Amino acid sequence: MAAGPSQRLSVLESIAYGAAGALLLLGVWSGLSLSGAVPHEFLPSPYDVASRFVQLIAVPFAGGTLLQHLASSVMRFSYGFFLGALVGIPLGLMMGWFRILDEIVSPIFDGFRFIAPIAWVPFAALWFGTGIGGPILIIFAGAFPPCLINSYRGARFVSRPLIEAAQMLGTRNFRIILEVLLPASTASIVAGLRVSAGLGWQSLVGAELIVASTGVGFMMSQAQLDLATPTVMSAMVAIGLTGLLFDVALRWIETTVRRRGLA
Amino acid sequence: MSRRSVIGAATIALLFAVWYLTTVPLHLISPGRFPSPPDVWVSFKQVAFTGYANGLLYQHILHSLLLVVLGFAVAVISGVPLGLLMGWSRKAEALINPVFLFIRPIPPLAWIPLAILWLGIGDAAKIMVIWFAAFVPCVINSSTGIRMIEPYVIEAARMLGTPRRRLVAEILVPAASPLVFTGLRLSLQASWTTLVAAELVGALYGLGRILNVAQQDIYPGMIFVGMACVAFFGWAMTWLLALVEARSLAWMQTARAR
Repeated sequence: MAAGPSQRLSVLESIAYGAAGALLLLGVWSGLSLSGAVPHEFLPSPYDVASRFVQLIAVPFAGGTLLQHLASSVMRFSYGFFLGALVGIPLGLMMGWFRILDEIVSPIFDGFRFIAPIAWVPFAALWFGTGIGGPILIIFAGAFPPCLINSYRGARFVSRPLIEAAQMLGTRNFRIILEVLLPASTASIVAGLRVSAGLGWQSLVGAELIVASTGVGFMMSQAQLDLATPTVMSAMVAIGLTGLLFDVALRWIETTVRRRGLA
Repeated sequence: MSRRSVIGAATIALLFAVWYLTTVPLHLISPGRFPSPPDVWVSFKQVAFTGYANGLLYQHILHSLLLVVLGFAVAVISGVPLGLLMGWSRKAEALINPVFLFIRPIPPLAWIPLAILWLGIGDAAKIMVIWFAAFVPCVINSSTGIRMIEPYVIEAARMLGTPRRRLVAEILVPAASPLVFTGLRLSLQASWTTLVAAELVGALYGLGRILNVAQQDIYPGMIFVGMACVAFFGWAMTWLLALVEARSLAWMQTARAR
Protein backbone atom coordinates (compact mmCIF):
# COMPACT_ATOMS: atom_id res chain seq x y z
CA MET A 1 0.00 0.00 0.00
CA ALA A 2 2.81 2.36 0.83
CA ALA A 3 4.26 1.71 -2.63
CA GLY A 4 2.28 4.64 -3.99
CA PRO A 5 0.94 5.24 -7.43
CA SER A 6 4.27 5.84 -9.11
CA GLN A 7 5.58 2.32 -8.81
CA ARG A 8 4.64 0.11 -11.73
CA LEU A 9 4.19 -3.64 -11.55
CA SER A 10 6.27 -5.93 -13.69
CA VAL A 11 4.46 -7.72 -16.52
CA LEU A 12 4.60 -10.98 -14.61
CA GLU A 13 3.16 -9.39 -11.48
CA SER A 14 0.29 -7.74 -13.31
CA ILE A 15 -0.58 -10.99 -15.07
CA ALA A 16 -0.46 -12.82 -11.75
CA TYR A 17 -2.69 -10.28 -10.01
CA GLY A 18 -5.05 -10.14 -12.99
CA ALA A 19 -5.37 -13.91 -13.05
CA ALA A 20 -5.92 -13.95 -9.30
CA GLY A 21 -8.70 -11.37 -9.68
CA ALA A 22 -10.37 -13.30 -12.49
CA LEU A 23 -10.11 -16.56 -10.58
CA LEU A 24 -11.53 -14.93 -7.48
CA LEU A 25 -14.52 -13.66 -9.45
CA LEU A 26 -15.15 -17.01 -11.12
CA GLY A 27 -14.51 -18.82 -7.84
CA VAL A 28 -17.00 -16.77 -5.82
CA TRP A 29 -19.56 -17.03 -8.61
CA SER A 30 -19.17 -20.81 -9.05
CA GLY A 31 -18.97 -21.31 -5.31
CA LEU A 32 -22.25 -19.51 -4.69
CA SER A 33 -23.96 -21.33 -7.51
CA LEU A 34 -22.58 -24.87 -7.20
CA SER A 35 -22.75 -25.08 -3.41
CA GLY A 36 -26.45 -24.33 -3.61
CA ALA A 37 -26.12 -21.28 -1.35
CA VAL A 38 -27.99 -19.40 -4.06
CA PRO A 39 -30.69 -21.30 -5.99
CA HIS A 40 -29.53 -22.52 -9.35
CA GLU A 41 -32.33 -20.86 -11.32
CA PHE A 42 -31.30 -17.64 -9.66
CA LEU A 43 -27.57 -17.73 -10.30
CA PRO A 44 -26.45 -20.38 -12.80
CA SER A 45 -22.79 -21.32 -12.69
CA PRO A 46 -20.35 -19.83 -15.22
CA TYR A 47 -20.23 -23.24 -16.88
CA ASP A 48 -24.03 -23.26 -17.35
CA VAL A 49 -23.95 -19.82 -18.92
CA ALA A 50 -21.09 -20.75 -21.25
CA SER A 51 -22.78 -23.94 -22.42
CA ARG A 52 -26.10 -22.14 -22.87
CA PHE A 53 -24.29 -19.48 -24.89
CA VAL A 54 -22.79 -22.10 -27.22
CA GLN A 55 -26.15 -23.88 -27.45
CA LEU A 56 -27.97 -20.66 -28.39
CA ILE A 57 -25.74 -20.22 -31.42
CA ALA A 58 -27.43 -23.26 -32.98
CA VAL A 59 -30.76 -23.64 -31.15
CA PRO A 60 -33.36 -20.90 -31.72
CA PHE A 61 -34.92 -19.06 -28.78
CA ALA A 62 -37.81 -16.57 -29.12
CA GLY A 63 -37.92 -16.86 -32.88
CA GLY A 64 -34.26 -17.06 -33.76
CA THR A 65 -30.79 -18.16 -32.79
CA LEU A 66 -28.54 -15.84 -30.85
CA LEU A 67 -26.71 -14.88 -34.03
CA GLN A 68 -29.96 -14.06 -35.86
CA HIS A 69 -31.15 -11.83 -33.03
CA LEU A 70 -27.75 -10.22 -32.87
CA ALA A 71 -27.75 -9.63 -36.63
CA SER A 72 -31.13 -7.92 -36.47
CA SER A 73 -29.96 -5.71 -33.58
CA VAL A 74 -26.72 -4.81 -35.33
CA MET A 75 -28.61 -3.91 -38.51
CA ARG A 76 -30.93 -1.55 -36.62
CA PHE A 77 -27.96 -0.14 -34.79
CA SER A 78 -26.10 0.58 -38.03
CA TYR A 79 -29.05 2.45 -39.53
CA GLY A 80 -29.53 4.61 -36.45
CA PHE A 81 -25.84 5.18 -35.91
CA PHE A 82 -25.15 6.21 -39.51
CA LEU A 83 -28.21 8.43 -39.53
CA GLY A 84 -26.94 10.10 -36.35
CA ALA A 85 -23.50 10.63 -37.87
CA LEU A 86 -24.94 11.75 -41.21
CA VAL A 87 -27.05 14.46 -39.58
CA GLY A 88 -24.90 15.25 -36.54
CA ILE A 89 -21.47 15.74 -38.10
CA PRO A 90 -22.42 18.16 -40.93
CA LEU A 91 -24.77 20.07 -38.63
CA GLY A 92 -22.09 20.34 -35.94
CA LEU A 93 -19.49 21.59 -38.42
CA MET A 94 -21.89 24.11 -39.90
CA MET A 95 -22.84 25.31 -36.42
CA GLY A 96 -19.14 25.78 -35.75
CA TRP A 97 -18.82 27.96 -38.84
CA PHE A 98 -22.11 29.88 -39.22
CA ARG A 99 -22.79 31.81 -36.05
CA ILE A 100 -26.48 32.34 -36.77
CA LEU A 101 -27.05 28.59 -37.16
CA ASP A 102 -25.34 28.00 -33.83
CA GLU A 103 -27.56 30.60 -32.17
CA ILE A 104 -30.71 29.07 -33.63
CA VAL A 105 -29.98 25.37 -33.11
CA SER A 106 -28.26 25.51 -29.71
CA PRO A 107 -31.32 26.38 -27.58
CA ILE A 108 -33.40 23.67 -29.29
CA PHE A 109 -30.63 21.14 -28.96
CA ASP A 110 -30.07 21.98 -25.27
CA GLY A 111 -33.77 21.45 -24.65
CA PHE A 112 -33.79 18.05 -26.31
CA ARG A 113 -30.46 16.88 -24.95
CA PHE A 114 -31.86 16.25 -21.49
CA ILE A 115 -34.53 13.88 -22.72
CA ALA A 116 -33.08 10.45 -22.02
CA PRO A 117 -32.98 8.54 -25.35
CA ILE A 118 -35.07 5.80 -23.82
CA ALA A 119 -37.87 8.27 -23.05
CA TRP A 120 -38.47 8.48 -26.81
CA VAL A 121 -39.76 4.90 -26.79
CA PRO A 122 -43.50 5.74 -26.61
CA PHE A 123 -43.40 8.30 -29.42
CA ALA A 124 -41.02 6.15 -31.46
CA ALA A 125 -43.47 3.27 -31.25
CA LEU A 126 -46.41 5.55 -32.04
CA TRP A 127 -44.79 7.21 -35.05
CA PHE A 128 -42.67 4.52 -36.63
CA GLY A 129 -43.92 1.25 -35.15
CA THR A 130 -41.95 -1.32 -33.23
CA GLY A 131 -40.31 -3.07 -36.20
CA ILE A 132 -37.38 -1.13 -37.49
CA GLY A 133 -38.37 2.55 -37.61
CA GLY A 134 -39.11 2.98 -33.91
CA PRO A 135 -35.86 1.47 -32.64
CA ILE A 136 -33.90 3.49 -35.20
CA LEU A 137 -35.31 6.73 -33.79
CA ILE A 138 -34.19 5.69 -30.31
CA ILE A 139 -30.67 4.78 -31.45
CA PHE A 140 -30.59 8.08 -33.29
CA ALA A 141 -31.61 9.90 -30.09
CA GLY A 142 -28.67 8.24 -28.33
CA ALA A 143 -26.08 8.58 -31.08
CA PHE A 144 -26.86 12.01 -32.50
CA PRO A 145 -25.89 14.37 -29.62
CA PRO A 146 -22.23 13.25 -29.22
CA CYS A 147 -21.74 13.48 -33.01
CA LEU A 148 -23.05 17.02 -33.04
CA ILE A 149 -21.23 18.18 -29.91
CA ASN A 150 -17.86 16.79 -30.93
CA SER A 151 -17.89 18.05 -34.50
CA TYR A 152 -19.06 21.45 -33.24
CA ARG A 153 -16.24 21.61 -30.68
CA GLY A 154 -13.78 20.32 -33.24
CA ALA A 155 -14.77 23.06 -35.67
CA ARG A 156 -14.59 25.76 -32.97
CA PHE A 157 -11.09 24.79 -31.89
CA VAL A 158 -9.51 24.80 -35.34
CA SER A 159 -6.54 27.17 -35.12
CA ARG A 160 -7.34 30.68 -36.32
CA PRO A 161 -4.35 31.06 -38.69
CA LEU A 162 -5.54 28.06 -40.74
CA ILE A 163 -8.97 29.60 -41.22
CA GLU A 164 -7.57 33.06 -41.87
CA ALA A 165 -5.17 31.71 -44.47
CA ALA A 166 -8.05 30.00 -46.24
CA GLN A 167 -10.17 33.14 -46.07
CA MET A 168 -7.35 35.28 -47.38
CA LEU A 169 -7.14 33.02 -50.39
CA GLY A 170 -10.84 33.66 -51.00
CA THR A 171 -12.07 30.16 -50.14
CA ARG A 172 -15.85 29.85 -50.08
CA ASN A 173 -17.72 28.93 -46.90
CA PHE A 174 -18.53 25.37 -47.87
CA ARG A 175 -15.02 24.64 -49.06
CA ILE A 176 -13.70 25.94 -45.75
CA ILE A 177 -16.04 23.57 -43.91
CA LEU A 178 -15.13 20.61 -46.09
CA GLU A 179 -11.44 21.21 -46.59
CA VAL A 180 -10.35 23.06 -43.45
CA LEU A 181 -12.76 22.40 -40.57
CA LEU A 182 -13.53 18.75 -41.34
CA PRO A 183 -9.94 17.52 -41.63
CA ALA A 184 -8.81 19.60 -38.66
CA SER A 185 -11.54 18.27 -36.39
CA THR A 186 -11.44 14.62 -37.44
CA ALA A 187 -9.87 13.44 -34.18
CA SER A 188 -12.61 15.09 -32.16
CA ILE A 189 -15.29 13.70 -34.47
CA VAL A 190 -14.02 10.15 -34.24
CA ALA A 191 -13.89 10.46 -30.45
CA GLY A 192 -17.52 11.58 -30.62
CA LEU A 193 -18.40 8.59 -32.78
CA ARG A 194 -17.03 6.29 -30.09
CA VAL A 195 -19.28 7.84 -27.47
CA SER A 196 -22.15 7.72 -29.97
CA ALA A 197 -21.68 4.04 -30.66
CA GLY A 198 -21.73 3.24 -26.95
CA LEU A 199 -24.85 5.29 -26.25
CA GLY A 200 -26.59 4.12 -29.42
CA TRP A 201 -25.95 0.47 -28.68
CA GLN A 202 -27.19 0.76 -25.13
CA SER A 203 -30.27 2.72 -26.20
CA LEU A 204 -31.05 -0.01 -28.71
CA VAL A 205 -30.85 -2.71 -26.08
CA GLY A 206 -33.19 -0.69 -23.88
CA ALA A 207 -35.62 -0.11 -26.74
CA GLU A 208 -35.68 -3.78 -27.61
CA LEU A 209 -36.44 -4.67 -24.01
CA ILE A 210 -39.58 -2.58 -24.19
CA VAL A 211 -40.85 -2.82 -27.77
CA ALA A 212 -39.55 -5.22 -30.39
CA SER A 213 -40.17 -8.64 -31.81
CA THR A 214 -36.58 -9.52 -32.68
CA GLY A 215 -33.13 -8.56 -31.45
CA VAL A 216 -30.99 -9.45 -28.45
CA GLY A 217 -32.89 -7.10 -26.17
CA PHE A 218 -36.16 -8.81 -27.11
CA MET A 219 -34.51 -12.19 -26.55
CA MET A 220 -33.51 -11.08 -23.06
CA SER A 221 -36.96 -9.88 -22.15
CA GLN A 222 -38.49 -13.17 -23.33
CA ALA A 223 -35.92 -15.14 -21.38
CA GLN A 224 -36.72 -13.04 -18.33
CA LEU A 225 -40.41 -13.89 -18.65
CA ASP A 226 -39.46 -17.59 -18.93
CA LEU A 227 -37.25 -17.25 -15.83
CA ALA A 228 -34.39 -18.56 -17.97
CA THR A 229 -31.46 -16.97 -16.20
CA PRO A 230 -28.70 -18.66 -18.27
CA THR A 231 -30.29 -17.31 -21.45
CA VAL A 232 -30.51 -13.80 -19.99
CA MET A 233 -26.85 -13.96 -19.02
CA SER A 234 -25.82 -15.33 -22.42
CA ALA A 235 -27.57 -12.42 -24.09
CA MET A 236 -25.77 -10.02 -21.73
CA VAL A 237 -22.45 -11.55 -22.73
CA ALA A 238 -23.34 -11.24 -26.42
CA ILE A 239 -24.37 -7.59 -25.95
CA GLY A 240 -21.17 -6.82 -24.06
CA LEU A 241 -18.96 -8.51 -26.66
CA THR A 242 -20.67 -6.75 -29.56
CA GLY A 243 -20.39 -3.36 -27.87
CA LEU A 244 -16.73 -4.07 -27.15
CA LEU A 245 -16.19 -4.95 -30.82
CA PHE A 246 -17.65 -1.61 -31.96
CA ASP A 247 -15.47 0.21 -29.47
CA VAL A 248 -12.29 -1.61 -30.50
CA ALA A 249 -13.00 -0.91 -34.17
CA LEU A 250 -13.63 2.79 -33.57
CA ARG A 251 -10.62 3.07 -31.28
CA TRP A 252 -8.50 1.58 -34.05
CA ILE A 253 -9.87 4.17 -36.48
CA GLU A 254 -9.21 6.88 -33.90
CA THR A 255 -5.54 5.99 -33.47
CA THR A 256 -5.05 5.57 -37.22
CA VAL A 257 -6.57 8.98 -37.86
CA ARG A 258 -4.49 10.57 -35.10
CA ARG A 259 -1.32 9.13 -36.52
CA ARG A 260 -1.81 9.73 -40.20
CA GLY A 261 -4.44 12.42 -40.39
CA LEU A 262 -7.21 12.24 -42.94
CA ALA A 263 -5.24 11.73 -46.13
CA MET B 1 -29.55 41.10 -23.54
CA SER B 2 -26.98 39.54 -25.75
CA ARG B 3 -27.60 38.75 -29.40
CA ARG B 4 -27.34 35.06 -28.57
CA SER B 5 -30.12 35.06 -25.97
CA VAL B 6 -32.41 37.20 -28.16
CA ILE B 7 -32.08 34.79 -31.08
CA GLY B 8 -32.43 31.84 -28.70
CA ALA B 9 -35.65 33.21 -27.20
CA ALA B 10 -36.98 34.04 -30.66
CA THR B 11 -36.28 30.49 -31.85
CA ILE B 12 -38.06 28.94 -28.90
CA ALA B 13 -41.03 31.29 -29.38
CA LEU B 14 -41.16 30.45 -33.08
CA LEU B 15 -41.03 26.75 -32.29
CA PHE B 16 -44.01 27.09 -29.95
CA ALA B 17 -45.91 29.12 -32.54
CA VAL B 18 -45.29 26.47 -35.22
CA TRP B 19 -46.31 23.75 -32.79
CA TYR B 20 -49.55 25.54 -31.96
CA LEU B 21 -50.40 26.47 -35.55
CA THR B 22 -49.73 23.03 -37.04
CA THR B 23 -51.79 21.24 -34.41
CA VAL B 24 -54.78 23.38 -33.46
CA PRO B 25 -55.93 25.66 -36.30
CA LEU B 26 -54.30 24.00 -39.32
CA HIS B 27 -54.59 20.33 -38.33
CA LEU B 28 -51.42 19.47 -40.19
CA ILE B 29 -50.41 17.04 -37.45
CA SER B 30 -52.99 14.53 -36.34
CA PRO B 31 -53.76 14.67 -32.59
CA GLY B 32 -53.31 10.89 -32.49
CA ARG B 33 -49.66 11.33 -33.46
CA PHE B 34 -48.55 14.40 -31.60
CA PRO B 35 -50.44 16.41 -28.98
CA SER B 36 -51.37 20.05 -29.33
CA PRO B 37 -50.47 22.51 -26.56
CA PRO B 38 -54.04 22.38 -25.13
CA ASP B 39 -53.86 18.55 -25.14
CA VAL B 40 -50.66 18.71 -23.14
CA TRP B 41 -52.23 21.12 -20.67
CA VAL B 42 -55.24 18.82 -20.20
CA SER B 43 -52.97 15.81 -19.69
CA PHE B 44 -50.85 17.75 -17.24
CA LYS B 45 -53.88 18.79 -15.20
CA GLN B 46 -55.13 15.21 -15.23
CA VAL B 47 -51.92 13.67 -13.94
CA ALA B 48 -51.25 16.50 -11.51
CA PHE B 49 -54.68 16.67 -9.89
CA THR B 50 -56.68 13.51 -10.56
CA GLY B 51 -53.82 11.10 -11.07
CA TYR B 52 -52.66 8.73 -13.78
CA ALA B 53 -50.94 5.33 -13.69
CA ASN B 54 -51.51 4.68 -9.96
CA GLY B 55 -50.72 8.13 -8.67
CA LEU B 56 -50.49 11.87 -8.84
CA LEU B 57 -47.67 13.53 -10.73
CA TYR B 58 -45.77 14.62 -7.63
CA GLN B 59 -45.89 11.06 -6.25
CA HIS B 60 -44.38 9.68 -9.46
CA ILE B 61 -41.72 12.37 -9.48
CA LEU B 62 -40.81 11.89 -5.82
CA HIS B 63 -40.63 8.14 -6.30
CA SER B 64 -38.28 8.43 -9.30
CA LEU B 65 -36.11 11.04 -7.61
CA LEU B 66 -35.86 9.03 -4.41
CA LEU B 67 -34.72 5.94 -6.30
CA VAL B 68 -32.14 7.87 -8.29
CA VAL B 69 -30.75 9.47 -5.16
CA LEU B 70 -30.57 6.12 -3.37
CA GLY B 71 -28.98 4.26 -6.28
CA PHE B 72 -26.59 7.10 -6.98
CA ALA B 73 -25.59 7.32 -3.31
CA VAL B 74 -24.89 3.59 -3.14
CA ALA B 75 -22.78 3.82 -6.30
CA VAL B 76 -20.81 6.82 -5.05
CA ILE B 77 -20.19 5.35 -1.62
CA SER B 78 -18.93 2.09 -3.12
CA GLY B 79 -17.37 3.38 -6.33
CA VAL B 80 -15.36 6.44 -5.35
CA PRO B 81 -13.32 4.77 -2.55
CA LEU B 82 -12.70 1.74 -4.76
CA GLY B 83 -11.56 4.00 -7.60
CA LEU B 84 -9.26 5.94 -5.28
CA LEU B 85 -7.78 2.68 -4.03
CA MET B 86 -7.28 1.39 -7.57
CA GLY B 87 -5.61 4.65 -8.54
CA TRP B 88 -3.28 4.47 -5.55
CA SER B 89 -2.28 0.83 -5.58
CA ARG B 90 -1.25 -0.86 -8.81
CA LYS B 91 -1.73 -4.20 -7.09
CA ALA B 92 -5.34 -3.46 -6.21
CA GLU B 93 -5.89 -2.25 -9.75
CA ALA B 94 -4.40 -5.40 -11.30
CA LEU B 95 -6.49 -7.54 -8.99
CA ILE B 96 -9.80 -5.78 -9.64
CA ASN B 97 -9.32 -4.99 -13.32
CA PRO B 98 -10.51 -8.36 -14.66
CA VAL B 99 -13.85 -7.85 -12.94
CA PHE B 100 -14.10 -4.49 -14.67
CA LEU B 101 -13.11 -5.80 -18.07
CA PHE B 102 -15.98 -8.19 -17.62
CA ILE B 103 -18.62 -5.76 -16.38
CA ARG B 104 -17.73 -2.58 -18.23
CA PRO B 105 -18.81 -3.47 -21.78
CA ILE B 106 -22.27 -4.58 -20.63
CA PRO B 107 -24.52 -1.53 -20.99
CA PRO B 108 -26.37 -0.69 -17.76
CA LEU B 109 -29.73 -1.16 -19.46
CA ALA B 110 -28.82 -4.79 -20.21
CA TRP B 111 -28.87 -5.50 -16.45
CA ILE B 112 -32.58 -4.74 -16.25
CA PRO B 113 -33.90 -8.25 -17.06
CA LEU B 114 -31.46 -9.85 -14.63
CA ALA B 115 -32.39 -7.34 -11.95
CA ILE B 116 -36.06 -8.18 -12.48
CA LEU B 117 -35.31 -11.91 -12.29
CA TRP B 118 -33.40 -11.44 -9.07
CA LEU B 119 -35.39 -8.78 -7.29
CA GLY B 120 -38.73 -8.38 -9.08
CA ILE B 121 -40.10 -5.12 -10.45
CA GLY B 122 -39.96 -3.29 -7.12
CA ASP B 123 -37.57 -0.63 -5.87
CA ALA B 124 -34.69 -2.99 -5.03
CA ALA B 125 -34.26 -4.00 -8.67
CA LYS B 126 -34.18 -0.36 -9.74
CA ILE B 127 -31.54 0.48 -7.17
CA MET B 128 -29.43 -2.46 -8.33
CA VAL B 129 -29.62 -1.34 -11.97
CA ILE B 130 -28.80 2.27 -11.09
CA TRP B 131 -25.91 1.03 -9.02
CA PHE B 132 -24.48 -0.87 -11.97
CA ALA B 133 -24.97 2.14 -14.24
CA ALA B 134 -23.40 4.68 -11.90
CA PHE B 135 -20.66 2.55 -10.37
CA VAL B 136 -18.35 2.25 -13.40
CA PRO B 137 -17.89 5.99 -14.16
CA CYS B 138 -17.33 6.68 -10.44
CA VAL B 139 -14.55 4.09 -10.21
CA ILE B 140 -12.82 4.94 -13.48
CA ASN B 141 -12.73 8.69 -12.94
CA SER B 142 -11.66 8.47 -9.31
CA SER B 143 -8.85 6.14 -10.23
CA THR B 144 -7.72 8.41 -13.08
CA GLY B 145 -7.95 11.36 -10.69
CA ILE B 146 -5.36 9.79 -8.39
CA ARG B 147 -3.13 8.81 -11.31
CA MET B 148 -3.09 12.39 -12.62
CA ILE B 149 -1.65 13.82 -9.42
CA GLU B 150 1.89 15.05 -10.02
CA PRO B 151 4.20 12.57 -8.27
CA TYR B 152 6.31 15.33 -6.76
CA VAL B 153 3.33 16.55 -4.73
CA ILE B 154 3.06 13.16 -3.06
CA GLU B 155 6.83 12.88 -2.71
CA ALA B 156 7.04 16.29 -1.08
CA ALA B 157 4.34 15.31 1.41
CA ARG B 158 6.12 12.05 2.13
CA MET B 159 9.44 13.73 2.58
CA LEU B 160 7.86 15.98 5.19
CA GLY B 161 6.69 12.87 7.00
CA THR B 162 2.96 13.39 6.45
CA PRO B 163 1.02 10.57 8.12
CA ARG B 164 -1.00 8.42 5.76
CA ARG B 165 -4.38 9.60 7.00
CA ARG B 166 -3.49 13.21 6.36
CA LEU B 167 -1.98 12.30 3.00
CA VAL B 168 -5.29 10.81 1.93
CA ALA B 169 -7.53 13.49 3.41
CA GLU B 170 -5.49 16.56 2.55
CA ILE B 171 -3.69 15.67 -0.66
CA LEU B 172 -5.06 12.69 -2.52
CA VAL B 173 -8.78 13.32 -2.19
CA PRO B 174 -8.68 17.06 -2.88
CA ALA B 175 -6.28 16.69 -5.81
CA ALA B 176 -8.40 13.96 -7.37
CA SER B 177 -11.70 15.76 -6.77
CA PRO B 178 -12.10 17.51 -10.16
CA LEU B 179 -12.07 14.16 -11.95
CA VAL B 180 -14.15 12.56 -9.22
CA PHE B 181 -16.79 15.19 -9.97
CA THR B 182 -16.58 14.41 -13.68
CA GLY B 183 -17.29 10.82 -12.74
CA LEU B 184 -20.21 11.86 -10.55
CA ARG B 185 -21.73 13.87 -13.38
CA LEU B 186 -21.51 10.97 -15.80
CA SER B 187 -22.86 8.65 -13.11
CA LEU B 188 -25.83 10.85 -12.41
CA GLN B 189 -26.80 11.05 -16.07
CA ALA B 190 -26.43 7.29 -16.44
CA SER B 191 -28.53 6.78 -13.29
CA TRP B 192 -31.38 8.87 -14.59
CA THR B 193 -31.46 7.24 -18.05
CA THR B 194 -31.28 3.79 -16.54
CA LEU B 195 -34.01 4.47 -14.04
CA VAL B 196 -36.38 5.73 -16.71
CA ALA B 197 -35.65 2.62 -18.79
CA ALA B 198 -36.14 0.31 -15.83
CA GLU B 199 -39.45 1.98 -15.01
CA LEU B 200 -40.54 1.66 -18.62
CA VAL B 201 -39.84 -2.06 -18.51
CA GLY B 202 -41.79 -2.61 -15.33
CA ALA B 203 -42.72 -0.50 -12.33
CA LEU B 204 -45.62 0.51 -10.14
CA TYR B 205 -44.78 4.21 -9.84
CA GLY B 206 -42.43 6.69 -11.44
CA LEU B 207 -42.04 8.83 -14.53
CA GLY B 208 -41.14 5.79 -16.62
CA ARG B 209 -44.38 4.21 -15.46
CA ILE B 210 -46.34 7.24 -16.73
CA LEU B 211 -44.62 6.87 -20.11
CA ASN B 212 -45.31 3.15 -20.20
CA VAL B 213 -49.01 3.44 -19.39
CA ALA B 214 -49.41 6.39 -21.76
CA GLN B 215 -47.81 4.34 -24.51
CA GLN B 216 -50.22 1.47 -23.93
CA ASP B 217 -53.18 3.87 -23.83
CA ILE B 218 -51.91 5.63 -27.00
CA TYR B 219 -52.18 8.94 -25.18
CA PRO B 220 -49.80 11.43 -26.87
CA GLY B 221 -50.54 14.28 -24.46
CA MET B 222 -49.49 12.20 -21.48
CA ILE B 223 -46.40 10.87 -23.29
CA PHE B 224 -45.40 14.49 -23.82
CA VAL B 225 -45.90 15.36 -20.16
CA GLY B 226 -43.82 12.33 -19.12
CA MET B 227 -40.98 13.22 -21.48
CA ALA B 228 -41.00 16.85 -20.39
CA CYS B 229 -40.70 15.76 -16.75
CA VAL B 230 -37.85 13.37 -17.57
CA ALA B 231 -35.99 16.16 -19.37
CA PHE B 232 -36.69 18.77 -16.70
CA PHE B 233 -35.56 16.69 -13.74
CA GLY B 234 -32.56 15.34 -15.66
CA TRP B 235 -31.54 18.92 -16.24
CA ALA B 236 -32.30 20.00 -12.66
CA MET B 237 -30.17 17.23 -11.15
CA THR B 238 -27.22 18.00 -13.40
CA TRP B 239 -27.54 21.67 -12.51
CA LEU B 240 -27.66 20.89 -8.80
CA LEU B 241 -24.54 18.73 -9.03
CA ALA B 242 -22.73 21.48 -10.96
CA LEU B 243 -23.62 23.84 -8.12
CA VAL B 244 -22.19 21.44 -5.53
CA GLU B 245 -19.10 21.01 -7.69
CA ALA B 246 -18.55 24.75 -7.95
CA ARG B 247 -18.91 25.08 -4.15
CA SER B 248 -16.60 22.17 -3.37
CA LEU B 249 -13.94 23.17 -5.84
CA ALA B 250 -14.06 26.88 -5.03
CA TRP B 251 -10.71 26.56 -3.23
CA MET B 252 -9.18 25.48 -6.49
CA GLN B 253 -10.14 28.67 -8.30
CA THR B 254 -8.60 30.80 -5.57
CA ALA B 255 -5.49 28.63 -5.49
CA ARG B 256 -5.10 29.08 -9.24
CA ALA B 257 -5.76 32.79 -9.13
CA ARG B 258 -3.02 33.34 -6.59
